[in-house]
Amino acid sequence: MTTLTAEHLVKNYHLRRGLRGSTLRAVDDVSFTLEPGRTVALVGQSGSGKSTIAKLLLQLERPTAGRILVDGKPAQRRGGGLDRYRRTVQMVFQDPFASLNPYHTVEHHLERPIRLHHPKLSGDEVHRRVLHLLERVRLTPAENVAARRPHQLSGGQRQRVAIARALAPRPGVLIADEPVSMLDVSIRLGVLNLLATLQREEDLGVLYITHDLATARHFADEILVMYRGRIVERGDADEVILRPRHEYTKTLAAAAPNPERRLSELRGG
Amino acid sequence: MALTTQAAEPVGGAGGFLAGSAPQRARRRRLGLPPMTAKLAAGLIISGAILLFGLLGPFVVQDPTRVDDIGLTGPSSAHLMGTTQTGQDVLAQLAYATRGSLTIGAIVGVLTLLLSGFFGVVGAYAGGWVDEFFSLFTNIMLVIPGLPLVIVISSYVPDKSLLLVALVLSLTGWAGSARVLRGYTLSLRNRDYVLASRVAGEKRWRILAVEILPNLIPLLASQMVFAVIFAILGEAGLSYLGLGASGSISWGTMLYYAQNGLALRLGAWWWFVPPGLLLALFGAALSLINFSIDEIINPKLRNQTRAARRGWLMSRKQLETAKEATL
Ligand SMILES: Nc1ncnc2c1ncn2[C@@H]1O[C@H](COP(=O)(O)OP(=O)(O)O)[C@@H](O)[C@H]1O
Ligand SMILES: [Mg+2]
Repeated sequence: MTTLTAEHLVKNYHLRRGLRGSTLRAVDDVSFTLEPGRTVALVGQSGSGKSTIAKLLLQLERPTAGRILVDGKPAQRRGGGLDRYRRTVQMVFQDPFASLNPYHTVEHHLERPIRLHHPKLSGDEVHRRVLHLLERVRLTPAENVAARRPHQLSGGQRQRVAIARALAPRPGVLIADEPVSMLDVSIRLGVLNLLATLQREEDLGVLYITHDLATARHFADEILVMYRGRIVERGDADEVILRPRHEYTKTLAAAAPNPERRLSELRGG
Repeated sequence: MALTTQAAEPVGGAGGFLAGSAPQRARRRRLGLPPMTAKLAAGLIISGAILLFGLLGPFVVQDPTRVDDIGLTGPSSAHLMGTTQTGQDVLAQLAYATRGSLTIGAIVGVLTLLLSGFFGVVGAYAGGWVDEFFSLFTNIMLVIPGLPLVIVISSYVPDKSLLLVALVLSLTGWAGSARVLRGYTLSLRNRDYVLASRVAGEKRWRILAVEILPNLIPLLASQMVFAVIFAILGEAGLSYLGLGASGSISWGTMLYYAQNGLALRLGAWWWFVPPGLLLALFGAALSLINFSIDEIINPKLRNQTRAARRGWLMSRKQLETAKEATL
C-alpha cells in the first residue's frame, strides 16, 4: 500500500550548443498522485516529456524543482532510504529488446532484484520465487524459460520477463513507459490485460504512459494529457476522451475517433 | 523466396568438423565464445603452433649465441636451418627470437588492456569531470606520434631492457583502444538494461562489473589482439632500425643482423626468410582471430560470411540458389 505523489516537478536539460548553452524545460510544473489499485494514464505525443517524468519518479534523474512524496514523506535519494524507495517503485521499460541484458539469462534478471531486496533468502527459495514470477506472467514451462537468454525469446515474452522483474521486489507502484508500443499489434492487448490483472492482484498504483488514447481510456481511471512538458488537461478517463476541453486533446481524440473500434481492431489484429 | 533449412543434408568432412554440432555451437554461444569457423580455426592453429615453438623451442635447440668459424652455410644435418655469417645456428636463434617477440607482445597486450580499460571504460562509466579529464588525457596521448617518440626515447636510453621497450610501446599505443572502448561504454551505460539494474537497486561497481563488462569482452579481446600485433610489429621495426632492446633476440633483431650481414645480397634465404615469415604468419593469424571476434561485435559481418551460411546447414545447391536470388 503506497501512495506516490509528484509535487510541482520541473526538469530542465542544459543543451550545449557551441559556446552558448540553452535550457530545455522537458517537464514543467507537473503534479499528480498515484494511489493503490488505481491506474493513471499519461498521454502525449513523443517528445512531450513522458519518459522524463518516469525517470524522475524512478530517481534516475534529479528534478530541477519540486518533490516526490512517498505516503506523504519526501522520497530519500541515497542510502537505505533509496533502497526502500527502489523496493517500492518499479518500472517496465518501453523497449523489451533493450531492457534485458543480452549477456544474462532470464533467471539472472529476476534473481538479482529478489536477492537485493531479500538478502536472507536461500538459493533454493530465490529459485522458487523466480519460477513463481515466471508463472505469474504466464511464461511456462518456467524452468525452461528461466534458463534462456533474451535473444531466444519473442518481444512479447521479453516484455513479460520485464514485467516479472518489476514485480520481483513486490513494489507498491509500477510505472509502465509505453509498455506495448514496441510489440506486435496482435499481442499488445494480451500484455496490457496481464498488467491489469497483476495490478488487481497486487493492488498496485500504476502510471501507464502511452500515446494511445484508446488503451488509456480502457485501462485507466484517470487521464493526464501532456503537451510540451505541461499537463494541459486531466480528469476522469471517459470525461477527457468524450468531452475534451483543451485544443491539443481535441486533436488527439480526433486522430483516434473511435476508441471502441481501435480496441476491437487490437483484439482482432 | 522460401528457403527450407531443415531439408538440407548435413555437411560432412572438414566443414562438419569446423561448424561443430548444434549443441556444441549452443554451448559456445552460451560461454560467449565466437563460433568455430574456418577463419578462427586457422588463426588459432597457426598462432598456437608459433606460441608452442616460442615456449618449448629454446629448450631443445642449440645455443643461439655460440659462434663458429664455419661462417654462412645453408641448411645441413648439423644446422637444420643453416648458420649466420658468424656461424650461429639459425634455428636456435629463431626459437629464442620467437620467445622474445611473443614476450613483448604479451606484456604490451596486457598493459594496453589495463591502461585502455582504465582510461576508456572507467572514465566513460564514471562520467562527469572524471570522464572529461580521462578523455582529455587520452586525446593528448593519442596525438603524440607513437613511433617517432619511441625512436627518440630509444636513442636516449643506451641500455634498454625488453621490459623498457614493452613499456614504451604500450605507453604510446593504448590511447587508440581507450577511445574505442570509451565510445562503446558510453553507449552501453545508457542502455535500458543498465538503467533497469539501477532501478532494481544494484550498486554502481556491480553494474559495471556484471552488466557492462561482459558485453565489452569481445571488444576488449579484439583490442588486445590488435595491441599484440602492434607491439610485435613495432618492436620488429625498432629492432630493425637498431633501436630495440639490447642483449635480447627477437624477429626484428634477426632481420636487422641479416640485413647487416648482407644476407639478401648473398642469397642466404635461410637467414632472413624464417623470421620474416613467422612475423607475417603470426600477424595474419591474430588478424584472423580478430575477424572472428569482430563478427560477434558486429552481427552484420557475421551474416555475410560463407562460413555462416554453412552454419545454417544449407547444401551447396541451396547456397547457389540463395546466391542467385541475391544477384
Ligand atoms: N538526457 C537528456 N538530455 C537532453 N535532453 C533530453 C534528455 N532526455 C530527454 N530530453 C529531451 O526532453 C524532451 C522530452 O523527452 P522524453 O521525456 O523522452 O519525451 P517522451 O517520452 O514523451 O517522448 C525531448 O525534447 C528530449 O529531447
Ligand atoms: Mg518516451
